[in-house]
Amino acid sequence: MATSSVSKGCFVFKPNFKKRKISVPIEDYFNKGKDESEDSKLRFETYHLIWQQMKCETQRLQEELNKNLFDSLIEFLQKSHSGFQKNSKDWGSQIKLREIPTAALVLGVNVTDHDLTFRSLTEALQSHVTPYVVSLQSKDCPDLKHFLQKLVSQLMDCCVDVESKEEESAQKKTHCSMDSLSSWYTNVTQTDPKMPRKKRTSSQWQSPPVVLILKDMESFTTKVLQDFIIISSQHLHEFPLILIFGIATSPIIIHRLLPHAVSSLLCIELFQSLSCKEHLTTVLDKLLLTTQFPFKLSEKVLQILTNIFLYHDFSIQNFIKGLQLSLLEHFYSQPLSVLCCSLPEAKRRIHSLSDNQCENIRRLPSFRRYVEKQASEKQVALLTDERFLKEEAQSLLENLYVYHTNYFLVLRCLHQFTSSLPKYPLGRQIRELYCTCLEKNIWDSEEYASALQLLRMLAKDELMTILEKCFKVFKSSSEKQLGSTAKKIEELLAQFQSLDAEAKEEEDTSGSHSKGLQKTDLYHLQKSLLEMKELRRTSKKQTKFEVLREKVVNFIDSLVREYLLPPDTQPLHEAVYFSAAHTLREHLNAAPRVALHTALNNPYYYLKNEALKSEEGCIPNVAPDICIAYKLHLECSRLINLVDWSEAFATVVTAAEKMDANSITSEERNEIIHLQCSVY
Amino acid sequence: MSKPELKEDKMLEVQFVGDDDVLNHILDREGGAKLKKERAQLLVNAKKIIKKPEYDLEEDDQEVLKDQNYVEVLGQDIQGSLKNGSATDGGNKVYSFQNRKHSEKMAKLASELAKTPRKSVSFNLKNDPEIMINIPQCSKGHPASDKVQLKNNDKGEFLSTTPRGLRKRLMVPRSHSDSESEYSASNSEDDEGVAQECEEDANEVILRPKSQAQNRVVSAPVCKETPSKKMKRDKTSDLVEEYFEAHSSSKVLTSDRTLQKLKRPKLDQQTLRNLLSKVAPSFSAELKQLNQQYEQLFHKWMLQLHLGFNIVLYGLGSKRDLLERFRTSMLQDSVHVVINGFFPGISVKSILNSITQEVLDHTGTFRSVLDQLDWITNKFKEDSSLELFLLIHNLDSQMLRGDKSQQIIGQLSSLHNVYLIASIDHLNAPLMWDHAKQSLYNWLWYETTTYSPYTEETSYENSLLVKQSGSLPLSSLTHVLRSLTPNARGIFRLLSKYQLDNQESPSYAGLSFQDFYQQCREAFLVNSDLTLRAQLTEFRDHKLIRTKKGADGVEYLLIPVDSGTLTDFLEKEEEES
Repeated sequence: MATSSVSKGCFVFKPNFKKRKISVPIEDYFNKGKDESEDSKLRFETYHLIWQQMKCETQRLQEELNKNLFDSLIEFLQKSHSGFQKNSKDWGSQIKLREIPTAALVLGVNVTDHDLTFRSLTEALQSHVTPYVVSLQSKDCPDLKHFLQKLVSQLMDCCVDVESKEEESAQKKTHCSMDSLSSWYTNVTQTDPKMPRKKRTSSQWQSPPVVLILKDMESFTTKVLQDFIIISSQHLHEFPLILIFGIATSPIIIHRLLPHAVSSLLCIELFQSLSCKEHLTTVLDKLLLTTQFPFKLSEKVLQILTNIFLYHDFSIQNFIKGLQLSLLEHFYSQPLSVLCCSLPEAKRRIHSLSDNQCENIRRLPSFRRYVEKQASEKQVALLTDERFLKEEAQSLLENLYVYHTNYFLVLRCLHQFTSSLPKYPLGRQIRELYCTCLEKNIWDSEEYASALQLLRMLAKDELMTILEKCFKVFKSSSEKQLGSTAKKIEELLAQFQSLDAEAKEEEDTSGSHSKGLQKTDLYHLQKSLLEMKELRRTSKKQTKFEVLREKVVNFIDSLVREYLLPPDTQPLHEAVYFSAAHTLREHLNAAPRVALHTALNNPYYYLKNEALKSEEGCIPNVAPDICIAYKLHLECSRLINLVDWSEAFATVVTAAEKMDANSITSEERNEIIHLQCSVY
Repeated sequence: MSKPELKEDKMLEVQFVGDDDVLNHILDREGGAKLKKERAQLLVNAKKIIKKPEYDLEEDDQEVLKDQNYVEVLGQDIQGSLKNGSATDGGNKVYSFQNRKHSEKMAKLASELAKTPRKSVSFNLKNDPEIMINIPQCSKGHPASDKVQLKNNDKGEFLSTTPRGLRKRLMVPRSHSDSESEYSASNSEDDEGVAQECEEDANEVILRPKSQAQNRVVSAPVCKETPSKKMKRDKTSDLVEEYFEAHSSSKVLTSDRTLQKLKRPKLDQQTLRNLLSKVAPSFSAELKQLNQQYEQLFHKWMLQLHLGFNIVLYGLGSKRDLLERFRTSMLQDSVHVVINGFFPGISVKSILNSITQEVLDHTGTFRSVLDQLDWITNKFKEDSSLELFLLIHNLDSQMLRGDKSQQIIGQLSSLHNVYLIASIDHLNAPLMWDHAKQSLYNWLWYETTTYSPYTEETSYENSLLVKQSGSLPLSSLTHVLRSLTPNARGIFRLLSKYQLDNQESPSYAGLSFQDFYQQCREAFLVNSDLTLRAQLTEFRDHKLIRTKKGADGVEYLLIPVDSGTLTDFLEKEEEES
């Protein structure tokens, strides 16, 4: 083989015709993979379009979510630096001058997302506060020398744009001390303040601060941190440093890492970034619980993605990656995914569908179910007439679109109701509710029943706030289908308000009534009290409020039953829902260990040969050698005797082959297998 | 109170349970219903039909339910999909503790497998009911193996058939169910076995069934005596004990048979290869089908590589051929680098070098690996038309599995126009990557179980059973020595004799120069310090000796050849002289 050699391990292959680079367009790979490449080009384009939109959306979301944090950080930096700026002589500020302003940024455990945050933070700082932003990672700085070296080189790089780099590099190799740094700083700030600097547009100061970001504060060696802080606090009056610590765990870690003597040199302010769970909720909200993107996930897929998020890494990046993969898989494997685009576009595409694709539509299980429900003439027409089918499909798509709009509105509405219930029978997050709704008829579930039970016990003010929120939800959408519901809610609200007024009136009347009570004797009093008691008991069920509450609950219930049908009841849902959960799981959350174990223990699973079929826990002696050897080795403890092993192996194999002549070779084969096991 | 559930449970959860629940649980058990059930469970388990015990579910609080839900969701599709390995076996088998097992079981299992190819015979001796089942089979099984060995005997392959070790092993009790007394019994039996070692080999065959019977007699009553209830209580502690037993630092019992005793001619690499090539692989049709399935994925891989994912292949069997086919069919028109991770001399440096020097045609050098990486990164970022495919066989090899290496490869693969497709083989390979690295790699996992032998990958390793290229040093020794003066030969012989005499002592560091000089003088081989040094330099040039500085600064001389070769050499020398 061309790639095996005893003297080297890397083999470079260059195509001969390097000059004319024909880069095969990616779509080609999309096409060739499948035999029937129905509309694959179109599908790939749609994939690309949707993915770009989703990516933009997530980036926008990220920026939005970070904005608050960054704003407050920038404010802090400006404020803390102004002290240095003033150069005031009074005692208090001089004390303050010994302290390095420090921002502790608590980011959470989703380490993989931090890079993105820091990158945008650096950009934001550079455009708003100072050109001198340096970010260091713990793995670059095993000791103080490297630390300073990195710091210096990055500082020089980030401000010296085109100046003589040779001198700088010579300098940074020779001595990197705080002294040289501060002298460099004075040089830069004193000598060329007049120099037009693009980046310093907004920094109105003469001497901008130097911001040092330590991305992963926890993994820095304490010694390095301590020394650096002590040294730089000595130089603070000439070298205005501001630290930003990236913290993944909790702010206490600062005090655990740094002794009091050191941490007293810091003036720490804490900043908390948004929790990743909230981030996920927003992402889900904006990407999936909306009609903006036609692509949808089925229950299992969503479950897998959220579980990977919640149980493995808390990483939004990975979640998005999973989303991308499912999008790709959907467009790659489902020929009808060509219809997964905006409604007008999809309608147009239906017209140009090929015969094959029409056949594909007919083959969809959901469409079949739909056909079966139709009258017989229509059935025939649907199954034979292409044109009729296309028209029908158009209307079905439209229905699907309407279904989704209503679905999300009602889902949000229901979430408003259930998210405040005690014990959260339907989940605290909307994604949990969404999953249940996707899976089955939610009204059949016990949780739903108990939720309704709890709803029937809500107090009036709670109910009213919820209703108001729902009203807002419905108002926010301009759909006319559910306009009536919004009106209905408004009515209900109005009724509640009038109930208020009535109650007041009633109170008044009852008050006046009691005042107007005449003097009675004991017997009459008892009698009237009894009457009142009776009255109350009977009327207990029938207070107006309770009636109204019942009405509200029933109203919600009817909404849910009408609109929150699971998507697999909808014809043509396969075009937009991605449901191949196992492929996703396999590629994102693989289990190599299980695979190896299965391959060794149950070879039939891979090699579909009848001879290998066996009951669990036992393998036939014709199985691949490695399986037998593995099985035998399981019977030993940590150490294995090679001779015993090979003999046992030979016993098995010879019995299988019934040939003595082969025993030598099989024994030798065992040797090879032994080696393989050492790899394993 | 934490209460580990039955070990047969799929996910062995340790949870906090309220005292009341525990009380209920115990009461229930004493009520008998559960006891019976569990008993049945045991029996069932003995036959290796794994059922998930469900009766403890009712006590789980919601958290646990949720966890289970999670496991179900993640696990539910496994059975359905072809490519994911069946989780029906459950985690307890995949992630089981290492148990202390007795090697005689292996021979027994082998004979069982040989004897009953299709019948489901359970071989796990952990539970006592099973022992009862197994005993007849043992007696059936062993004659079979005897026969095989006798057959071998006829062929003259085994001169001394089953060596004493096997007998010794036979003495080891076949059940180590749970009781302490059982262990003490085993010890005494062991001693007995040692005592019997000096007996004649001829007795061996007759003795064996007898000792087995003895064993059975011993073990069966003990099992019966053990109250089932107590046993159950012991079960968890049993698990713990087993664990510590398996991992204890005490001597592990294996038999003392050695390869040398097996008087079988060692084959050299070439003959072995020839022999192996004669053996046709079984199930070639199925394997071919598997491979075809994987080949259909090639286009998808290309697509996903281009979309920013990187691909990692796992599963049993060498994936080298598959990747090679991928390379030849898809990558002919693009620049690609194949990296043999299993090559012992591979390093990140060499990977980066081949990229900079051969792919990017750069002739300069770099101060550090990180500099080089930066340079490559910049180059790829500047020129977006540049594309590079990296194929790494065995990303988890000894040389590449280090944290630094993985970090650098990960950074390389995170470049949007560098496409990485790699294979891993080690069981714990995914542990190499933390979250940060995983996000750098952006893996998509593909299972490609091929069952093909790791021929190329292991070609750099040595097998104990293959005759080493020991003939080479021996012949080179004689050749070099032949060209030397008799005095020089004498010097070398002196050194080798000394080394052979001292090979037993573990602290032997070599012969110090002064001592050597003294000895040489006494044998009239050299007359001055200088001549000896000149001689030694010559040896060193031919790599016949090695010098080492000891802790006290004294020079020590060593012959870097194993003792067997050295003995052969000396014998040959004797013959010649």
